[in-house]
Amino acid sequence: MISPHLPALQIVLPLLSAPVCVLLRRSILTYAVTVAICWLTFAIAVLLLQQVLASGPISYRLGGWAPPWGIEYRVDTVNAYVLLIVSAIGAIVITAARPTVEREVGEDVQYLFYTCALLCLAGMLGVTITGDAFNLFVFLEISSLSSYVLVSLRRDRRALTAAFHYLIFGTIGATFYLIGVGLLYQATGTLNIADLAVRVAGVTDSQSVRAAFAFMVVGIAIKAAVFPVHIWLPNAYAYAPSIVSALLAATATKVAIYVLLRVFLTIFGPVFAFSTMPLGEMLVALAVVAMFVGSAVAIFQEDVKRMLAYSSVAQIGYMILGIGLATSLGLTGGILHLFNHAVIKGGLFLVMACVFYRIGSVQLVDFAGLGRRMPWTMAAFVVGGLSLIGVPLTTGFVSKWYLILGALDKGWWWLAVLILLSSLLAVIYVWRVVEVAYFRAPPEAATRLEAPVSLLVPTWVLIAANIYFGIDTRVSVGVAKRAAEALMGVGA
Amino acid sequence: MSHHLIVRVVSKLLIPFILLFALYVQFHGDFGPGGGFQAGVIFASAFILYALVFGLDNARRVLPEWVTRAGIALGVLIYGGTGVVGILLGHNYLDYSPLGSTAPLGQHIGISVIEFGVGMTVASVMATIFLAFAGRNRDLFDLEE
Repeated sequence: MISPHLPALQIVLPLLSAPVCVLLRRSILTYAVTVAICWLTFAIAVLLLQQVLASGPISYRLGGWAPPWGIEYRVDTVNAYVLLIVSAIGAIVITAARPTVEREVGEDVQYLFYTCALLCLAGMLGVTITGDAFNLFVFLEISSLSSYVLVSLRRDRRALTAAFHYLIFGTIGATFYLIGVGLLYQATGTLNIADLAVRVAGVTDSQSVRAAFAFMVVGIAIKAAVFPVHIWLPNAYAYAPSIVSALLAATATKVAIYVLLRVFLTIFGPVFAFSTMPLGEMLVALAVVAMFVGSAVAIFQEDVKRMLAYSSVAQIGYMILGIGLATSLGLTGGILHLFNHAVIKGGLFLVMACVFYRIGSVQLVDFAGLGRRMPWTMAAFVVGGLSLIGVPLTTGFVSKWYLILGALDKGWWWLAVLILLSSLLAVIYVWRVVEVAYFRAPPEAATRLEAPVSLLVPTWVLIAANIYFGIDTRVSVGVAKRAAEALMGVGA
Repeated sequence: MSHHLIVRVVSKLLIPFILLFALYVQFHGDFGPGGGFQAGVIFASAFILYALVFGLDNARRVLPEWVTRAGIALGVLIYGGTGVVGILLGHNYLDYSPLGSTAPLGQHIGISVIEFGVGMTVASVMATIFLAFAGRNRDLFDLEE
């Protein structure tokens, strides 16, 4: 009886448990509810992916109204994969939340933290699952508004300005996306994504469709923190509560990249996006700049969380690069990096949560001697860092391998060289932390201070996933390949 | 403003009618213009008028913090819960047809219920926003004067 309703339950469970958390109010109860719901949504995402792989796309009519008039939830290989990533990271990260939230978030607003985490998760899953361009905007706003609140919840006044900047940028991004949807609606008279895909093809030479395309590129690029419009990201990640940084870094930008794929490859189609409009060249150029500028700025950061945030800007560059290559091999690399970066950065930001929990700071100088004081935590950082660089046997290697293959396949050998060079920059910033942690003496009277098990286990689960998916690539590469082929095949 | 006799008397007279009008807009929403959003704002405006005239402390006595907080959450739960009832009765999420003996009657009932949820949340949110702003810098702009 339940299985036909899984697409609705995927969203409804976290969405409706959020007000329940407001009513419960006791921090420990809301934590229990949130963890239970997160794992349930993860289970639903697994079931959905199995259903899609076994029997093709699922369509769910909300309120029983048939598409294209009613709102439709549509699950295919691409978004089933993203649903799985988002719900898995959400479940693991939220499980780790309790100790650090107690320390970093004021006692009276802890229930709001869990409420907003649930709303944020519901919003991101909703963006991913919906088959309606306007409904997508609504979910985008649910996830964004709750993440502004999440960022501002830390007991640190700088979190407020960071959240405010994030709010301004996020709102501009969402508005631009909405203007694009409005123009498309005016040109085609429909909001359903599958229906838009059919109708847009007939009106691509109209000026308003081109304007819609431009608005949507800018709007979604802001949400995804693509290079020149990334400046909200470093502060938001650096000053947010540790758990929020892990959650947002591993999921929010990934969902925005998914929207980018959905809008440009499904609605506008690869032919219009890459041949008529110069989206591919533009994305490749911005991606390369992002890879170098993001990594170069990361090298000079004194705050390790900020360093990881700038490294995220560079890593988003790799994903955008995969999309910009406009071939199904390049796209496989991009989609794969979406998954891999989620496990890398989720793990590394959880390491930051462990460090902040014990040391109360994530400044580079305070990492001195941490290799001896927190051996398990710093070992996790080393493995995560290796994966970030792209050393063989880690996930980071697999996605860079596919990106390089995609570049060589197009005959762009110089791009392959640039990918390798930018990875060397990652070696520098990861090494700086490793050097301070392992080769500098700890301060006087410092004792061994390992992070609590409830934080270490989720951290190591994500870090171990880096190794596992670096060796056994059947699931991740297989699904990414099918997703890429499905996306490129729509317009071909 | 409580020492202004005219303001006080007129507000006391008006507030019940504003509340009544809110309920009219709420429950007449499916026949004419109106609905939960408008009704919620009108309902909250009666409360805001009361707070302006009789002071924040009295206003909080009428509508304590736990009431507005519960109102915000319950309204959303009523809306979403009505959708879940659709699933439990064997239809899709947010399909109200099985709520009545015929599909149109069921949809009629469903819309009325969810609009009630909307009204509840909107009224509570409006009151909360007003009190949050009015509660800041109370010593600078004391509304009770």
